[in-house]
Amino acid sequence: MRIMVCVKRVPASGGAPQLTEDGRGIDTRHLSFTVGPHEECAIEEAVQLVERFGGSVTVLTVGPAEAEEQLRFAISLGADHGILVEAGPDEVDPQATAFALTEAIRDGEAASGAPFDLIMFGNESPDAGHYQVGVRVACALGRPIVGGVKGIDVDPDAGRVRFRRDTPGGAEVFEAALPAAVAVREGLNLPRYPSMRGRLRARKAEITELRPHVPAGGLRRIRLRVPEQQRPETVVLGHGASAAPAVVDLLEELEVV
Amino acid sequence: MGGVLVLVEPDGGVESSAVALAFGRVIAGGLGELLGAAAIGPVADGADDALPALAGGHGATHVHHVRHPLLDDYSPECWGEALAQLVAHTEPRAVISPATARGTEVMAQAAARADLPLATNCLTVSPDSRAWQLSRIRQGGMLIEDAELTAGVVMMTIAAGAVPPDDAGPTAVSTSGTAQVVSYTPEFDTSFVHSRVVDRSAQESGVSLTTARVVVSGGRGVGGAEGFLPLEELAKLTGGAVGCSRVATNNGWRPHRDQVGQTGSKVNPDLYIACGISGATQHWVGCMGAKHILAVNTDPDAPLVTRATHAVIGDVAEVIPAVVEEIHRRARRT
Ligand SMILES: Cc1cc2nc3c(=O)[nH]c(=O)nc-3n(C[C@H](O)[C@H](O)[C@H](O)COP(=O)(O)OP(=O)(O)OC[C@H]3O[C@@H](n4cnc5c(N)ncnc54)[C@H](O)[C@@H]3O)c2cc1C
Repeated sequence: MRIMVCVKRVPASGGAPQLTEDGRGIDTRHLSFTVGPHEECAIEEAVQLVERFGGSVTVLTVGPAEAEEQLRFAISLGADHGILVEAGPDEVDPQATAFALTEAIRDGEAASGAPFDLIMFGNESPDAGHYQVGVRVACALGRPIVGGVKGIDVDPDAGRVRFRRDTPGGAEVFEAALPAAVAVREGLNLPRYPSMRGRLRARKAEITELRPHVPAGGLRRIRLRVPEQQRPETVVLGHGASAAPAVVDLLEELEVV
Repeated sequence: MGGVLVLVEPDGGVESSAVALAFGRVIAGGLGELLGAAAIGPVADGADDALPALAGGHGATHVHHVRHPLLDDYSPECWGEALAQLVAHTEPRAVISPATARGTEVMAQAAARADLPLATNCLTVSPDSRAWQLSRIRQGGMLIEDAELTAGVVMMTIAAGAVPPDDAGPTAVSTSGTAQVVSYTPEFDTSFVHSRVVDRSAQESGVSLTTARVVVSGGRGVGGAEGFLPLEELAKLTGGAVGCSRVATNNGWRPHRDQVGQTGSKVNPDLYIACGISGATQHWVGCMGAKHILAVNTDPDAPLVTRATHAVIGDVAEVIPAVVEEIHRRARRT
């Protein structure tokens, strides 16, 4: 199987986001970066599928030059090739991102003369959260795509794949013909950590760089704001086990015991 | 043709559909346009009146019922293509849907097929002759983005929890309380590429994390899978559900369906008990909807402690068993 995984470079911080002075973006000077948890699971699933059925995993990103770091991370986890579509430091809107990804995938498929069996995305990026890039790419390429997926069952010989996802009331399973696309969620698997050998391989791997002209889409970010939140005064009920009666008083007051 | 079109989900999404309709009504009123609704696929048996009542009750004059054999069960591609065809057919000024998983998926499919931009998870919207101004949720709720949308047809989804703007008194709304149903049948090629549902299952019973009144949640400070036993006990005694942080999931201590946060579930209980959880923003956005938060943490400066309504400073492994014991003690006394 040939699998393509699309990832995005995003800040890894668990702290409150600090905005730049003009409020137009996030001050990233002191942040480290990662790919989102959904995408980590996409990489893991792709690597497992190739371990099982043979083939190769390509990771693709649209972003700043530094996004090379996320491609090398994916390679350290077992991906084979990395493609960086360099789009400069500013955030790219979802239509433009999809356009750039689609072009890169078309190039890759034209070069090998065959489609990627599966194109994988995270369900939404953790920062912008537009919930649409994967769908746009799949539609442009004429592939079926299911989102929110937490289980993948591929039958390469039958040319068929099943996707499972949670719904508000339970779960549903979809079937699609290969080649297909999928947008996955965390919980699909437990991603591995990079191995020492993987890290060495990632350091040496060659990254393909593309710089296409990408037309802007219709959605334009103006500024970011931190929503107002009330900060209650924290009532400290006590220290250690001796706080138990005060805790149970609270539970009784809230009528939950 | 014009008008404002709201995609509704008569089964399962009535409340969020109502909010989207309320947004649509104000937008339509401001533009002096008619409000219409659209529903795709069959409505549940015996619910034939629900659709015009839902739409009309919120001021829609008509509701397009989109039917085709390929739409009899849900398929993201078929439903999205059907909506794209309806948009091409009716040429509305704007298309709005609730930001449910399905609403978002269908809107993304339709936007992709119609080559239109899409703004998801919007909180506020104001039409403008040049570019529409809107605000939308980012980073699971930690940030708000102000943005401009320029498009022939404006497509957006309304975030869960968004508050509809005050009704400015729209010009042309249904006053009868019921909307006229108009059937629409899209066309599909025999070779139309799509996925289809082959199996469906209902949730196992038990208290569900997203509807529980109490959530007892554990993080790194719980120390391991066995460390969750007292938390489970406390959840049972309070009729609650057990939740966890991503550290607990990544270590394999809990299944991912228990995870609270940006990439897990958002919970809105009366009481959220956070045991050994630091309160990273990605966790906070999942529990900030709780009415009361009790943080149990050895670190009095942990972000979750400073944001909680109540706190106990101490070791989870001591505090929670003591709380369980105290509940039993009081039960014996009465
Ligand atoms: C894109 C992205 C998405 C994410 N999504 C999520 C998500 O959905 N949910 C989520 O939870 N995280 C998410 N994270 C991870 C998040 O940033 C934090 O890493 C995670 O929430 C930390 O979990 P924790 O609080 O259990 O661990 P830590 O941050 O390590 O905190 C442990 C806490 O336990 C306390 N403690 C230690 N020992 C004890 C003890 N014996 N008794 C009492 N207290 C003790 C410590 O003082 C500390 O406050 C995401 C991260 C990224 C980058």
